[in-house]
Amino acid sequence: MGWFLIRGYAILVYIFMFLPVAVVVLLSFNASQFGAFPMTGFSFRWFVELAQNEAILRAFRTSVILGLLTALISTTLGVLASLALVRYRVPGANLVSTLLIAPILVPEVVLAVALLLFLNVLGVNKSFALLLFGHVIFTLPFVILVVQARLVAIRRDVEEAAMSLGASPMQTFFQITLPLMLPAVLAGGLFAFTISFDDITGTLFWKPGGVETVPTQIFAMLRNSISPEINALGTVMIVMTVGLPLLGAAIARQLSKKSG
Amino acid sequence: MSVEAREARQPWILLSPALTAVALLLIVPLCFIVVYSFWLRTATGADQPGFFLDNWAEALTDPFYRDILINTLKIAAITTLVCALMGYPSAYFIARSNGNKAILLLLLMLPFWISYIIRTMSWINILGVSGALNSFLLWTGIISEPLQMLYNQATVILGLVHFLLPFMILNIFVSLDGIDVTLEDAANSLGATRWESFLQVTLPLSLPGLAAGGLLCFVLGAGTYITPLVLGGPRDAMFANLVFEAIITQLNWPLGSALSLMLLVVLGLLVAIYNRYLGMAQLMKGLG
Repeated sequence: MGWFLIRGYAILVYIFMFLPVAVVVLLSFNASQFGAFPMTGFSFRWFVELAQNEAILRAFRTSVILGLLTALISTTLGVLASLALVRYRVPGANLVSTLLIAPILVPEVVLAVALLLFLNVLGVNKSFALLLFGHVIFTLPFVILVVQARLVAIRRDVEEAAMSLGASPMQTFFQITLPLMLPAVLAGGLFAFTISFDDITGTLFWKPGGVETVPTQIFAMLRNSISPEINALGTVMIVMTVGLPLLGAAIARQLSKKSG
Repeated sequence: MSVEAREARQPWILLSPALTAVALLLIVPLCFIVVYSFWLRTATGADQPGFFLDNWAEALTDPFYRDILINTLKIAAITTLVCALMGYPSAYFIARSNGNKAILLLLLMLPFWISYIIRTMSWINILGVSGALNSFLLWTGIISEPLQMLYNQATVILGLVHFLLPFMILNIFVSLDGIDVTLEDAANSLGATRWESFLQVTLPLSLPGLAAGGLLCFVLGAGTYITPLVLGGPRDAMFANLVFEAIITQLNWPLGSALSLMLLVVLGLLVAIYNRYLGMAQLMKGLG
């Protein structure tokens, strides 16, 4: 009886989580002029309009480039730091770890203000560079947490075997360690990309006038009213942000199967 | 150089890029806005460096800021409470279900990955004047005029709960999943009812997860300004909205610095209290 109630409750919570998202997807196929009920028919017209909207395409390009660069830099920094923390006995490791995850312990608004004002004094105005700096520092802790968790699982003795067979540290790293941690690296990069692609809190502070990312573009469009185009864009974002990690997880599983 | 010395230096070489980034892009900027908060905004342009207490006097004594700070903490507290009430049974269900836990967790993580702005605005589709709920009520004839359900404090809390609930469930799940099920069986076999063994065994053991989830929900909820802008009315501004206003709209950067630091100190105190009693390890478990 008790279990029955708990299950019913949990199902309601799941519905609460999914219903609004499902409605976005549903309405994006609505043929009606307005982004709302009633549904007047099934249509792809809003996706077609989306593909012809210059502002949205520009925002999309900006978001993708920003996300890729963020992922590249953040993952590089994060993987190096994780290697140090997992593979070496670092004096003061606790303090170092806390420092490295500090960017997510500080409220993002405060981080955004501090970075904007400080870099402005150094002569870096609101720009793509500022956006990139901001996204890197904000995603770095997530990459480190993800990569570290996976790195712990890689056995050290494989590397030691390579070294004892005469491989140099460089050779060992590129031929043994890197392939073994590739799933971790990919997961970290994917995580960084998704967080960057989704960020709006910091981005609104850092972006120069006239430059929009997808979330800030949606935000700006919301100022008017909710149009079917926003729902279509939402559907595209949902497919991207849900599909990419699932794809990533599948690839990671495939890779680890091959190497394991 | 000896082998030991090189071995000792290696981790620092690996750590230096990340540590440099954190120092230059977070620590130094934070120190800088402490200094900046004592500067003065001048009407003519460049902010005047110096040691002025004006911004702090305004931020700390103006009842306008105080009221919004209190309101922000209230919204964050209600959000956290609702998340706990909705999240605990769900996490319990996932942790104790005989079915596929991985699938249930993955389903829960999906909304987590969906863009924050999309999830926030999706409520307009549900609660808006021509949204799903109004259309349904009109269709059934319960109402004859659409209801204005959006743009108030309740919808801000709703949006925040929808955004933060996965954080709560995940943290509770992690700690419930780590509890040895046989403990409950032992309590049952010693004569406790299922409800008693839950209250006296399982619930206390899962409190660290509940606390970690609660901290995340509170801190993330209290630091938001997007949700009130999208789902709130003109009087539903939260403290982060004041920061955004000061920095972006009014360009009063010294005042904005003082307000940011106020938010940092209030939320930082909470994190510090949490860290003092429970430690950061639990939080990291939930995040990783």
